[in-house]
Amino acid sequence: MLLAALAFALGYLYYNTTQNLEARKIATGFAFLWREAGFEIGETTFSAFSAADSYFRALAAGLGNTFRVASLGIVFATILGTLLGLARLSPNWLLAKLAAAYVEVIRNVPLLVQLFFWYTVIADNFPAPAQAFNPLPNVFLSNRGIFFPLPGDVPVLSGFNFTGGGVLTPEFAALLIGLATYTASFIAEIVRAGILSVPRGQVEAAQSLGLTRRDVMRFVILPQALRLIVPPATSQYLNLTKNSSLAVAIGYPDLVSIANTTMNQTGQSIEGIAVIMAVFLTISLGISAFMNAYNRRVALKGTAR
Amino acid sequence: MKRLLAVLAAAAVFFAGSAQSQSTLEAVTKKGFVQCGVNVGLAGFSQPDSQGVWKGIDVDVCRAVAAAVFGDASKVRYTPLTAQQRFPAIQSGEVDILSRNTTWTITRDTSLGLNFVGVNYYDGQGFMVPKKRKVKSARQLDGATVCVQSGTTTELNLADYFRANKMKFKPVVIEKLEEVLNAYFSGRCDVYTTDVSGLVAVRASRAPRPEDHVILPEVISKEPLGPAVRHGDDRWFDIVKWSLFAMIEAEELGLTSKNIEQQAGSPNPSVQRFTGATGDIGKMMGLDNRWAVNIIRQVGNYGESFDANLKPLGFERGLNKLWTQGGLLYAPPIR
Repeated sequence: MLLAALAFALGYLYYNTTQNLEARKIATGFAFLWREAGFEIGETTFSAFSAADSYFRALAAGLGNTFRVASLGIVFATILGTLLGLARLSPNWLLAKLAAAYVEVIRNVPLLVQLFFWYTVIADNFPAPAQAFNPLPNVFLSNRGIFFPLPGDVPVLSGFNFTGGGVLTPEFAALLIGLATYTASFIAEIVRAGILSVPRGQVEAAQSLGLTRRDVMRFVILPQALRLIVPPATSQYLNLTKNSSLAVAIGYPDLVSIANTTMNQTGQSIEGIAVIMAVFLTISLGISAFMNAYNRRVALKGTAR
Repeated sequence: MKRLLAVLAAAAVFFAGSAQSQSTLEAVTKKGFVQCGVNVGLAGFSQPDSQGVWKGIDVDVCRAVAAAVFGDASKVRYTPLTAQQRFPAIQSGEVDILSRNTTWTITRDTSLGLNFVGVNYYDGQGFMVPKKRKVKSARQLDGATVCVQSGTTTELNLADYFRANKMKFKPVVIEKLEEVLNAYFSGRCDVYTTDVSGLVAVRASRAPRPEDHVILPEVISKEPLGPAVRHGDDRWFDIVKWSLFAMIEAEELGLTSKNIEQQAGSPNPSVQRFTGATGDIGKMMGLDNRWAVNIIRQVGNYGESFDANLKPLGFERGLNKLWTQGGLLYAPPIR
């Protein structure tokens, strides 16, 4: 009954949409993916992109950029979050209070505001390429990005900018720092909850066996805490991936930013949104599947479902 | 079970009935105002002033349509739209007219489902760089970082120009105009590119020190900016089109907001037709015969609109003079 009603509603929506698109003579279909894009992309992750390539390759480049910022963001957020969670439980009063302050402040400021903050800090405070900081040989810090040498390729100042070498653009750096610090504050709380959930008796038994504080943490507490940490941490990783779509506000060319440009140039909003939804759904399901497999491995036998 | 099916069947009939859309003129007349899609804030084209009143030549087009339909140019409500939002807004019917400095291209005219009613500003794309870069021509911009707003013909023309001239560049593409300008003025990019009208407006209104920025001489594209309506509604298309042409024709006939009332008694047959003293032109469009008089009295002719909104920012008429003075503005005859 419910399925029938749902099928009816979806069918009506589809029918209404196609009728209206036809009446207004708005183009439909995915044929636009193979047309020439006509716009450039500021940075790419896996392969270079030029304006003569197709929209499909543009979206693929955007996906590569999203993948880069999301994967590095997850790694840094996990490391920073775990350290913060442990710091908050430290017997050192100052360390614990600093960590608590960090978590409370960062959690409660909207992410978009934090991204603008980091972008302004980086773009305003680094100098122009001609006066770039040069802390290490061939490493330059400027408001066009951080340039570093790659094997066989060194950055050289020519005309407007540095050419050659690898580059971390301010957009990428701001997005990565913003996402990592924001998600780390949530992961810190999850880690702290997990550790506190281990019964006090376990800790006392381990200490009475003569284990050091560090060994107690490593061999007794963390393995048991991980069972409680992994499911909420999965949610945070998915949140980080989805929050990376805020890149369009600071100019990082991720998937959503490029899909928006494509939708605007071709006028086909429905197909564009469908592509974004499908890609994010696939990424999220992938992360979930991976984390659920890991969860089953670390869980107590019989508790994972 | 039977009751649920009956309810669903009734819902189907109800929805099928409402799928037949009213014509836009009927809908606008019924709700009592014109919904106008404008820029979030571009000086001279559509921007709220310090009292929150919308001013600009794009705003004046919508006011002209309201004057033609209702006899009252104030019966307009404005929807500020970014470059990303503008096309879904007009396609879906959220706004009745898109008057948002939008370039008329074949893709927009066909596959996006829009009809452009005409051109209210002939423009072209240009570049702005800080003077201290000592750049004299766009040909010297190889390797530059360029700030551009996303989802515009600007992005495409930029890529085409650099490709054609075998130069490389790095785009910084940001959605919100305010953020794009922040990035340029903070030094993140070397160059800012948009229509020359936008460059002049931004330099005059937004630059911390306008004399520090220079607009390069190259104009790399044609950008005929004009209002647009949806496909499928010929009457509304005619009304908006001829409201714009009325403003241009009035300047050619020498009719202004100050003298239009006296001109009703003019012996000139063209003026008589324009003011509705002879003929039934208004009725042919479903409007009052004084449609054009209402427009000119309350909004002014094209020249008055230009002088009130764009001249204070330093704009020259240039291509936007009347054809009789060597420009491109040419209204078909009102007869």
